[in-house]
Amino acid sequence: MSLTDYGFYILCATAIVLLATQAFTNPKDFFQVTIFGLADGAIYALVALGYTMVYGIIELINFAHGDVFTLGAYIGAAILAFFAGANEGSFVVVNVIALLLVFPIVMLIMGGINITIERIAYRPLRNAPRLAPLITAIGMSFVLEGIMFMWHGAPTVHFPDLLPHGPGFQTTIGGVFFGFKDVFVVVAAAILVSLLAVFINGSKLGKAMRATAQDRDAAQLMGIDINRTIAATFFIGAVLAGAGGMIWGLYFNTIYYNLGFRTGLVAFTAAVFGGIGNIPGAAIGGLIIGLVAAYSDGYIGSKWTEVVIFGILIGVLVFRPTGLLGMRVPEK
Amino acid sequence: MSQAPTENVLELTNLTKRFGGLVAVDDVSLHIKRGEVFALIGPNGAGKTTLFNNVTGLFQPTSGTVVFDGRNITGSKPHEVARLGIARTFQNIRLFDYMTCVDNVRVGRHVRMRAKVWDSLFKLPRERREEVRVTEEAMDLLKFVGIQRQAHQYARNLPYGQQRRLEIARALATEPKLLLLDEPAAGFTPQEKVELMALVKKILARGITVFLIEHDMKVVMGISERIVVLDHGEKIAEGPPDEVRKDPRVIEAYLGKSA
Repeated sequence: MSLTDYGFYILCATAIVLLATQAFTNPKDFFQVTIFGLADGAIYALVALGYTMVYGIIELINFAHGDVFTLGAYIGAAILAFFAGANEGSFVVVNVIALLLVFPIVMLIMGGINITIERIAYRPLRNAPRLAPLITAIGMSFVLEGIMFMWHGAPTVHFPDLLPHGPGFQTTIGGVFFGFKDVFVVVAAAILVSLLAVFINGSKLGKAMRATAQDRDAAQLMGIDINRTIAATFFIGAVLAGAGGMIWGLYFNTIYYNLGFRTGLVAFTAAVFGGIGNIPGAAIGGLIIGLVAAYSDGYIGSKWTEVVIFGILIGVLVFRPTGLLGMRVPEK
Repeated sequence: MSQAPTENVLELTNLTKRFGGLVAVDDVSLHIKRGEVFALIGPNGAGKTTLFNNVTGLFQPTSGTVVFDGRNITGSKPHEVARLGIARTFQNIRLFDYMTCVDNVRVGRHVRMRAKVWDSLFKLPRERREEVRVTEEAMDLLKFVGIQRQAHQYARNLPYGQQRRLEIARALATEPKLLLLDEPAAGFTPQEKVELMALVKKILARGITVFLIEHDMKVVMGISERIVVLDHGEKIAEGPPDEVRKDPRVIEAYLGKSA
C-alpha cells in the first residue's frame, strides 16, 4: 500500500468519524440529511451507470450523457402534461397509470435518441484519436442543451407533480420526516439497477460487451457485431438516464435546460469515485456522492458543496485513479 | 446453405491489398481444398497476416475476390465471416485477458447462441439452459486442447504455450469450417511443437480445414499437404512441401540471391 492509499483511507476515516459524531449528537438532523442524500444519490447512480458503461466499452467520457438525462425529463414532462392538472399531488388511479405508461415510453425514446447520437456523432470517429470523440461529446452536449433551450427557453420548466404527497403519504419517525417521494426515488432506482445487473450478468450481451471492451478485433472475429454491442450499451445507458430524468422531475418538479451540466458532472464524479468502467462501482459511487453532497449541504453549507464534490473528483484522480472498486482496464 | 459442399473451401482470386503506395498483397490467387492442411509461408513482411486479415474481413481487399464455401464473402464484416464459419488465431496472442479461460471460450460460442434480449431481461429458462450447455461445451473444448485444469484462471495468468492453446479452443468454439492459425508454433519448444502438430491432426479429424501461417519449417513440412510461398506480397511458389523446398525462387527469397 502506498502513501497516497493511506491518505485516501485517513481522509475517508476522518469524514466518517466526523459524521458519526453528528449522528450521535444530533441524530434527527443527521438522518434527515441522510434521507435527502440517498434520494439524490439514487438518481446520480442511474446517470453514473451510463457514463461508466460507455467508458467501459469504448473509453469515451460521454459528456453529452448529463443532457440525455435532462432531455428525458423534458420529454417526460411534455408527455405527462396531458395527464396533469387537477390531479397533481394526489393519489388517483389515472396518475399511477400515466406513470406506468410514460416511464417505459420515455426510456425507450431516450434509448433511441442515444443510439442515433452514437451513430452520427461517435461511430464515424471510432478509429480517430481519443480526443476527437471526447470533443464531439462536448459539442453534442451543447447541441442537446441548445435544443432544450429553444424548446422552453431559459426559465425553469414545471414537471407534473404526479407523485402523491401531503397527509397520508408522509410520516415522521423519531422526528425524521420522510415522504412517499423519497421512498419512491430510492426504490425505483434500486429496481432499475438490479434489473441492469440481472440483465448484464452472464447474459449473451453482457459477455459481448466485456469481450468488445477488452479486444474489439478479437471480439469481431468471434462473431460479435461490435457496432450493435456498442449501440446496445448507449441504449441501456440512455434508458437509465431517461428514467433518472423522470425520477428527478417527479422528485423536484422543476427542470431547466442545463440541468444536465451539473448533474452530469456530479454523476461523472460518482462514476470515477466508484472506478470508471465498473458497474457496481457506479451505483455505489452515486449513492456515496449523493450522501456527501447532502452532508456538505447540511453541515458545511450548500455554497461549498460543489467545491467538496469536485475536490473529491480531483482527489480521486490524483491519489486513487482506479476509484473505490477498481477501474476495468481494457488491454490495448 | 443446403447446396452440396464445394470441393474448395476457400478460393482467393487476384486478391490485392494496397496501403497507399505499398502493395502488401499483390494479385494472389489460391484455393484450399476441404479437409487439407494448407500452409502460407514467406519471409517477414511478405504479406501473410495481411492476407489473413483480408480473408477474415478485418481489411477490405483493394481488388480481387474471396469465395468461402461457394459464397462470395469479399468485403464482409468480420462478425459475418465468423458466423459463416471462418475462425482464426493471432500472431501476437489476443485473448480476453481479464476473463477466465472458460469465459473466453464461452464468448466463442456467442455466435451459435440463440438467446434473445428478452430471454436475458427476464432470465427465461431457455437462456439458463443455453448458458449451462455452452459452459459444458466450453469445458469440452478446453479438454480438447488440454488445458481443462486452468479453466477458471484468468487468461492473462496462463503460461504462453497454454495461451496459444486457449486461443485455438476459443476459435474452435465458433464451430468453424476453416481455421486460420497465424504462426501457432511461434516461441514454442520442440516438445510443444510436436504437441501442436498432434493437435492440428485432431482438429483435422473433426472435419475442419486448417490454413496456417508458420515460420517453423519442421512444423510446416510435417503437417501441411500444400504450401504457398509469398514474397513482397506476391505468390512465388505453390505445391507440396518437397517441391516447394527445392524451388530456387523460394530459396532465394529466404536466403538472398547468391553472388
